[in-house]
Amino acid sequence: MTPLATSFLQNQNFIDALYIVAFGLFVLGLMGLTGPGTAVRGNRVAAVGMGLAVIATLLPPGIGNWGLIALGVAVGTAVGIPAARNVKMTQMPQMVALFNGVGGGAVFLIAWAEFRNSGGFGAGTPTYVAIFSLFAAIVGSVSFWGSNIAFGKLQGLLPGRPITLGGAQQPLNFVLGILTIAAAVDSAAGAHSEAIFIGMLVCAALLGNFVVLPIGGADMPVVISLLNAFTGLSAAATGIALNNPAMIVAGMIVGASGSILTNLMATAMNRSILAIIAGGFGGEVALGAGDGADGDRSVRSTSPADAAIQLAYARLVVVVPGYGMAVAQAQHTVRELQRALEARGVEVEYAIHPVAGRMPGHMNVLLAEADVPYEQLKEMDDINPEFQRTDVALVIGANDVTNPAANTQPDSPIYGMPILEVSNARSVIVLKRSMNTGFAGVDNPLFYDEKTQLLFGDAKSSVGEVVEELKGL
Amino acid sequence: MPSQLVTNLTILVLAGFVGFAVISKVPNTLHTPLMSGTNAIHGIVLLGGLLVVGFSGNGIFNKIILVIAIAFGTINVVGGFLVTDRMLEMFKRKPVASEEPEE
Repeated sequence: MTPLATSFLQNQNFIDALYIVAFGLFVLGLMGLTGPGTAVRGNRVAAVGMGLAVIATLLPPGIGNWGLIALGVAVGTAVGIPAARNVKMTQMPQMVALFNGVGGGAVFLIAWAEFRNSGGFGAGTPTYVAIFSLFAAIVGSVSFWGSNIAFGKLQGLLPGRPITLGGAQQPLNFVLGILTIAAAVDSAAGAHSEAIFIGMLVCAALLGNFVVLPIGGADMPVVISLLNAFTGLSAAATGIALNNPAMIVAGMIVGASGSILTNLMATAMNRSILAIIAGGFGGEVALGAGDGADGDRSVRSTSPADAAIQLAYARLVVVVPGYGMAVAQAQHTVRELQRALEARGVEVEYAIHPVAGRMPGHMNVLLAEADVPYEQLKEMDDINPEFQRTDVALVIGANDVTNPAANTQPDSPIYGMPILEVSNARSVIVLKRSMNTGFAGVDNPLFYDEKTQLLFGDAKSSVGEVVEELKGL
Repeated sequence: MPSQLVTNLTILVLAGFVGFAVISKVPNTLHTPLMSGTNAIHGIVLLGGLLVVGFSGNGIFNKIILVIAIAFGTINVVGGFLVTDRMLEMFKRKPVASEEPEE
């Protein structure tokens, strides 16, 4: 490169301009995400913004350690691309948790390196830099460990049910929180002791583990959103510490997005975010009730052939998918069922509860993968009035989100949660593996309703058999 | 000088408002891609790793944790954008597929 070009590219104004373009592209890209038609472009626009931000970071004179940079980027690319290419859509929640975790991990490692480089936030480090670095270190560490636990639970490496230390859990978390903050204050005040800094990281790590371990599978959408917000905020804090506007803007936007989603999910469950984080929802107590109370109530089971006849002569069928559909990977078979029904003139719609599945929008992604037009995916408020004129509500692997106890039993743990009112339909067919309760561990009166028939078995093979029967009609 | 801190905090607050305004408009259908897209965006911490290692990566231990940080950040960015792209492609192609049965 000519010296003129070099001096232009390394000019601080040019670099600042690149950063401004970069975060402009982030915002523009996210605006694209507001509609399915423009979303692909939006995501790519944001990716270009990221590319520019990286280039801008590498332009200034005096950057060294190119070998290390290349090594890190190469390793990250070698891991990231195959992971993103090969992940199944049903595994998306754990993939998001994992990507979120590595982001948090990067944040706390960077803060640690900064601490070491500045001689433990020694002379010459403005106090605010120390404070924001410490904030980033704590939140990043909580997010890293919390996301890893969430990944473990979603991937089935850890049990999905709440794991808690019982009554000792909250006091322990409280003590860990105090210790973390105390260590941070000490470091900011100029302790310069790496042992204290590491102690702080360890306490934050334990806190991340202990906060997510007690949270049950059904609450995962809230947790993932919250951890996403955490990583975003920690990235913004790193941006302030390193005086990098692109990081501040990007981190803050993610913080905002994560907060909005967390709030939406918590509202959809009618529970406060704090109560969800306190964890231990459902679990042991309600589990026993599910087994014991069956004596005086009976369920009606049905066969694929009968279900097929019922569906074939319906005018409107509403499919209610839940996590069970994801587990069985039944989305493509469900789409086949929809085609078979539509060929017979049956109207088919999908009722999507905001917290169905394990992350916000989980069901939408699976059904999109199976080519279900998104116009047929109805949100809760739009579909609930429709159940009045629904002939058959077909519940596939959903449980708690259809539980009428949320409306009728004030003593139920899920009382007050907005549900899909499938019990208003003329008849209900529930596809279930067994009579176990849902992840919330709450018994579902819907199953004992006289309008309800249960089709036991793996969701995918059950739906497949129904499709075969439909073809034979 | 109106300190760097004040400038940065101003950027932080305004970015928060922009974030809330834009993200509130994203429909439920796209919440998973939104989440994984914003996930990719917070991979911007990669820049932090680059800055710190580029300007002051001294000592073997610092170098190791920074390389890990850069690798983490890159996984976050590259994986996040790719997986979001894959998901969004599925949302996009559907109406086209149903309108053009010859495909």
